[in-house]
Amino acid sequence: MSPRLEAAPPVGRHALSRRAIFKGSALLGGGLVLGALMPRVTKTWAQAAGTPPPIEPPSAFLRIDEDGLVTMIIPSTEMGQGIYTAEAALLAEELDVGLERVSLVAAPPDEKLYANALIGMQMTGGSTSIRAWFLPLRRTGAAARQMLIEAAAGSWGVPPGECITSNGSVSHAASGRMAGYGELAAAAMALPVPSAITLKATDQFRLIGKSLKRLDTPDKVRGKTVYGIDVRLPGMKIGTVASCPVFGGKLKSVDEAAALAVPGVSHVLKLDDAVAVVGDHMWAAIQGMQAAAPVWDGGAFKDMSMEVLVGSMAKAAQSDGLVAHDQNDAPGAYGKAATKLEATYQLPFLSHAPMEPINCTVQVKDGVCDVWVGTQVPTRARMLAAKGAGLAEDKVTIHNYLIGGGFGRRLEAEYVGQTAAFARQVDFPIKLVWSREQDIQHDTYRPYYYDQLRAGLDGQGRIVSWQHKVTGASVYNSYMGGWPADKVDPDAVEGAVETPYAFPAQRVDYVRWDPAPMPISWWRGVGPAHNVFVVESFMDELAHAAKQDPVAFRLPLLEKDPRAKAVLQLLADKSGWSSAAPAGVGRGLSLQLAFGSYVGLVIEASVGEGGLIRVHKATMAIDCGFVVNPDTVRAQMEGGLIFGLTAAMYGQITIEGGRVQQNNFNDYRMMRIDEAPVIDIHVVASEAEPGGIGETGTTAAFPALANAVFAATGKRLRKLPLSPVDLGAA
Amino acid sequence: MTALKINGEVQQVDAPDDMPLLWVLRDVLGMTGSKFGCGIAQCGACTVHLDGQAIRSCVTPLAMAAEGEITTIEKIGDTPVGQRVQAAWLDLEVVQCGYCQSGQIMSAVALLAANPNPSDADIDAGMAGNICRCGTYPRIRAAIKKAATL
Amino acid sequence: MSIFTRGAVLALSLLCLAAQAASARADDDLVAKGDYLTKAADCVVCHTAPGGKPFAGGRAFSLPIGTIYSPNITPDKTAGIGDWTDEEFVRALHEGIAKDGSHLYPAFPYTSYTLMPREDVLAIRAYLATLEPVSTRPPENEVSFPFNQRWLMWGWNLVFNSDSRFAPDPAKSAEWNRGAYLVQGPGHCGECHTPRNIAQARKSSMELGGAEIQGWQAYNITSDVKTGIGGWTEEDLAAYLKNGFAEGHGAAAGSMAEVVSYSLRYLTDADLKAIAIYLKSVPPVDSGTPAIPRAAPPSIYAAAAPANDEATGQRVFAQACAGCHAWSGQGLQTPYAALIGDRALSDPTGANIAGVLLCGSHLQSPDGPMFMPSFAKGYSDTELAAVANFAASRFGAGRTELTPEGLAERRKDGCEG
Repeated sequence: MSPRLEAAPPVGRHALSRRAIFKGSALLGGGLVLGALMPRVTKTWAQAAGTPPPIEPPSAFLRIDEDGLVTMIIPSTEMGQGIYTAEAALLAEELDVGLERVSLVAAPPDEKLYANALIGMQMTGGSTSIRAWFLPLRRTGAAARQMLIEAAAGSWGVPPGECITSNGSVSHAASGRMAGYGELAAAAMALPVPSAITLKATDQFRLIGKSLKRLDTPDKVRGKTVYGIDVRLPGMKIGTVASCPVFGGKLKSVDEAAALAVPGVSHVLKLDDAVAVVGDHMWAAIQGMQAAAPVWDGGAFKDMSMEVLVGSMAKAAQSDGLVAHDQNDAPGAYGKAATKLEATYQLPFLSHAPMEPINCTVQVKDGVCDVWVGTQVPTRARMLAAKGAGLAEDKVTIHNYLIGGGFGRRLEAEYVGQTAAFARQVDFPIKLVWSREQDIQHDTYRPYYYDQLRAGLDGQGRIVSWQHKVTGASVYNSYMGGWPADKVDPDAVEGAVETPYAFPAQRVDYVRWDPAPMPISWWRGVGPAHNVFVVESFMDELAHAAKQDPVAFRLPLLEKDPRAKAVLQLLADKSGWSSAAPAGVGRGLSLQLAFGSYVGLVIEASVGEGGLIRVHKATMAIDCGFVVNPDTVRAQMEGGLIFGLTAAMYGQITIEGGRVQQNNFNDYRMMRIDEAPVIDIHVVASEAEPGGIGETGTTAAFPALANAVFAATGKRLRKLPLSPVDLGAA
Repeated sequence: MTALKINGEVQQVDAPDDMPLLWVLRDVLGMTGSKFGCGIAQCGACTVHLDGQAIRSCVTPLAMAAEGEITTIEKIGDTPVGQRVQAAWLDLEVVQCGYCQSGQIMSAVALLAANPNPSDADIDAGMAGNICRCGTYPRIRAAIKKAATL
Repeated sequence: MSIFTRGAVLALSLLCLAAQAASARADDDLVAKGDYLTKAADCVVCHTAPGGKPFAGGRAFSLPIGTIYSPNITPDKTAGIGDWTDEEFVRALHEGIAKDGSHLYPAFPYTSYTLMPREDVLAIRAYLATLEPVSTRPPENEVSFPFNQRWLMWGWNLVFNSDSRFAPDPAKSAEWNRGAYLVQGPGHCGECHTPRNIAQARKSSMELGGAEIQGWQAYNITSDVKTGIGGWTEEDLAAYLKNGFAEGHGAAAGSMAEVVSYSLRYLTDADLKAIAIYLKSVPPVDSGTPAIPRAAPPSIYAAAAPANDEATGQRVFAQACAGCHAWSGQGLQTPYAALIGDRALSDPTGANIAGVLLCGSHLQSPDGPMFMPSFAKGYSDTELAAVANFAASRFGAGRTELTPEGLAERRKDGCEG
């Protein structure tokens, strides 16, 4: 059985017909490996892989047609982070082609070929793409180049060692022969995959390490890019979805006649807990949904409120929980400390709210299911679509599209399953587009966290004990199911256990507390987005208690980690840390080791009348190892920072009556251009293994801003978002 | 049938008068460059021009849109200002996910058409209605300034 | 049977059929009239809970005396008014007395409905009888002593309920009388627009002179030129009532948007004109807050950067408001979003700006739904007060009395009822 192969419209200079790309290939096979536990995303590539993996046949990632046009099958999903360009550069660098004659397509679901080695499944997330694919893609490109050389040498009867390649062609100087890759491709691909290859040294790179122009940008500025929401198919109808506003509730009734009376509405489809109104266009669907006026049975969660939720967490936080890390009897050291500090931090539920609202297009017909969607997890999407459509997975084809913002939301694919369950009720393709309200009220949320910190200082103001107890949901359990109750969720303590600091005694505990049936999941920055805020805020509190400068207070704890120390020193230098801040402005600092990268951030902020925070300037220093595309690193730092600042200032999802209180951007607020600070970024030149960058700016933002607010006002806010009410009142 | 003047061409549209222009463009005419983001004029992803003014097509009734000339992202590059803005956007690599950028570009073109040399405050006033979740704001600001000089 | 007899029987049968048809037509006419009057009396708004079935009651009214819930007026025999007699129904609308003889609270505007003649009341009843019965019961009223002693209303009624029908003024035109009837009777405009005395009864000396209700201003709709609607043309008034909007006067919000959405937009043009004619003749009351629309504001570009709270207001306006209302205040996508000329922006209390910022606005107009979302959760009191004052300065009569503290107070009023 060989599933049909199709892909979304390709991206790049030369868009080939999508059927042509995969014609006759035998790419697929291999089942879903979901359930394999995700490794800690802080591991480096080398640690995860051990020895280099065998080289995959280049055909899994490369096609070269007779004219020399190269089609690259990109294993990671493009959602704005620039990975298409970066991964194309990795392949093109070793293959020795320019990016002008390259077109890119999304990899189809195939765990065997496209699993991210760091995560253990086909997934784009956790700031792991470059770390996971830096070597495999280069090795693939190098293998293909070697096969092209061998094909040329064979046909010319010359030793392969005498041939060289240059921008898409092989030549042999002594005989004066030269052939383009297009001429050689068929013969080359018939050769065995070489067992050994030589990669370029970093100083030979022409593409890697350069600020290449992104391949996806030209279409995007002309409105030509096709995202999942833009899919149009013959016979397709368009609909919108309403799910029970109370989590876990069910559909009671719906006024089908009223909905069908709306011009343009053709179908009202029902599931246990949701309704879809489908018609000729979104306007008919929206009006039809209003007329349908679904009535719900809220169920057990219907009286849930924030007060009850947080009260119950606070109570759970009093229990012992599980030990995540225990080094040198931190409780004992705390008992003997000269100065003792305790603090409780709280972080809210958060929605992802990517600009492209959740949408999915599905056709179930003649025993097969086609799904057109932008997803970070093609195999998970296929599994859930199969379940929703009531078909075997090999009957499902996923057409993956560029995503209008992921931020973790499209690591989930429950909406794919839901769309398939609706689509199996009809025989034409339906595109279901969620309203923004549905998108915000039926997200999979970043969990609420309730963290208790305790630390002791000696007479000289040095930390002698560090204790951190995290209370919060297990995202591992929610994502994969069946996470043992007696096992610490690594995500919940990521950034709490491994900090940049060498504490003399450190203990981290974890109390699992799930808000089910409220759905929770990954959110940009994952574990560190929570723990870096807590750790770095408390570090600032300790520095203040020790009457020390926050930079000077941290430096002695970094002696064993020169990269961390260098980043902090660079940051202090570039931010003018030792100079006086402008009047009324506070400077706040954060330092982190997360996603394999070191990031330091200084925020300058002021607090005006009514507790309104203004962020003026951000200075960042980053050591993310070897850089593939410097401009992309900067773009991700800028964007990640603004994403984090947005949440730090405004982000919170609250529950009342068992349902989310926020609706749209009027009450789930976003930072805008007139609030964005000037951002100054300094990247450390490094030959170390690449680190992740997509989430680092986000995680750094929370504590740096909270610390800046403290510096400006003397008010320590331990609860996010930083509230004007809290700042204005006191 | 309603006659709509879009990008210099007249299109006959069979849709109710109160149907927002955004859905006419996307679902009836298949012009998907203008995006749906919020449906309540709070994000700007659906921005198009009506007689040169930036409007939110998600809340513009078809009947209202039919009274003027509409320009969308698909053809804004044919105007001198649109061309400059797109060039600056490419030059400074403004875009990340790109979903909001049609709207950002349409707002930026309207701003520059009204105000060829905008100050930071002018950019704030003209662009604060457009949300970018990827946080491309610093580059949008720089690109508008660059486009003003091209 | 002779041919003659057969013919007579046939004729008789035909006559009977004709009579039945005539009576059915009369019933239809009565129901249609009742439907129209039910809309004119705006029954549905108060007798429907948020998200509930129309006319099934349950909408909460927070009054100084406690919280009361509107009753179910569908024809359900137990939960609704299905077992009420005509007499009982007429008595309720004329005297404010329920089926069981208890006194209704005057949140139910029977002191206005009492002006409706019996045949109009029964038309409403006939229409309500055609509705689908709904069996849900509204919650029990939560009224504190002594106001839960409903018999006390007897004395109040004696003083404040005329219990008399509308009497046309023969000196005025039929049109004027029709307008007066609609305004004073079913339309019950004075319930909101006339200030109340200490006993919560309408002050007749200030008829339609404007009043505050649940934090909102129901503006002066007397013929006073400076502070009322004396400066409006009849056409503008009628248009405003029909559409919830008139060029140069902005759009209705809050309860007035509800009145347009559920009541006024269904009235005939003739009736709306009659209302306008009548309102223009209501003796002027000077309510002290002049309506001064501002001319077109200057371009926002290259203006001197404002300071402090004005800068905050301008920023919030740029982020959340300009996309619909436009820097010109003329409305961008639709003239319904125009701020220039809107009464709320030249009201020094700023009450209705605060109201729409906190509660949003939902208007069902003939041009489709017009709405504004609530900004209560996304923006702080400081920001909302600042943007209200910015808008009032730029598009209205100048800064209002709104402060962040005032906004915080106003939040407590909530948006229901």
